[in-house]
Amino acid sequence: MSTTRTILICSGKGGVGKTTTTANLGIALARSGASTVVLDADFGLRNLDLLLGLENRIVYTAQEVLAESCRLEQALVKHKQEPNLALLPAGNPRMLEWLTPKDMQAIVALLEEQFDYVLIDCPAGIEDGFKNAAAAAREALVITTPEVAAVRDADRVIGLLNTQGISPVQLVLNRVRPKMMSSQEMLSVDDVTDILALPLLGLVFEDEQVIVSTNRGEPLTLSDGNSPAARAYSNIAGRLQGEEIPLLDPAKMRRGLRAKMRELMQTKIF
Amino acid sequence: MTLKDLIDKLLGRQPASADTARQRLQLVLAHDRSDLNPELLEQMRREILEVVSRYVEIDLSETDVSLETEDRVTALVANLPIRRTL
Repeated sequence: MSTTRTILICSGKGGVGKTTTTANLGIALARSGASTVVLDADFGLRNLDLLLGLENRIVYTAQEVLAESCRLEQALVKHKQEPNLALLPAGNPRMLEWLTPKDMQAIVALLEEQFDYVLIDCPAGIEDGFKNAAAAAREALVITTPEVAAVRDADRVIGLLNTQGISPVQLVLNRVRPKMMSSQEMLSVDDVTDILALPLLGLVFEDEQVIVSTNRGEPLTLSDGNSPAARAYSNIAGRLQGEEIPLLDPAKMRRGLRAKMRELMQTKIF
Repeated sequence: MTLKDLIDKLLGRQPASADTARQRLQLVLAHDRSDLNPELLEQMRREILEVVSRYVEIDLSETDVSLETEDRVTALVANLPIRRTL
């Protein structure tokens, strides 16, 4: 019986941060000593390699491993600075048709023999790409942002994960803007967790450093940087491993007179 | 109502958009989850009223049939006040 945690990272909607989350969690888990592999199941439009700075090092994919034209070790791309992390693209971007749920289960079974964590970066949508990516997952992280379209799509995905018996399913709320939340121009953390009825594994504040880090191909968790998103991803990795780390409170992000004024304005008067 | 809501109202400003977002989401998710569109819901409402009216007199102006969701469970909630027959 494998003790590997095989976790699907999905969202339904595109552009909410699946790949960024996968890259940062992968690095953070690896840094804590867990042998980790990130599997890019969004291989038609693969980007995980780019965010990890490994885009020039891919030779083979899971496809060649399953066809037995190379060994698994040859296809795994080890991260330069963080050797506990490996990347495996699920397939070649030019061959969109090959992957089936069975293929996915076969490749994940191989990975589970040697890794503590298998993170599967899921494509957007809820069609075949999602179903293939989800076929071998045991648990899932649903990434969403406090926006109506992202929450609606997350809800559809959660419904599908439930029918597939994937459990636990936990929530990561990305791109949180404390200022907008406090002026009630953005859905609150409670709004989103109430609507989706999932346990919250972490919140990630909107952070320009995310763009800087993707420019460089160096995930924020790679260094001990202290930007809000870097801390958030490290915390999420810690909580995944069972550490008790309190959630950040967006309301506490804003102190001083303006915050006090805002609080006053939100007081219920009748 | 909060202080901000009151000031917004006095100044004729739009209320904060998070409330609107939450209400719209709750409605659209209830429909998504039950696979019922507003048109079908309206048709069902008419048929329910028709059936119930055969047995008791309903106050038609006060009826409310809607989908409500809590903790991922969606329920059809019908509130059909019965007229006093006196």
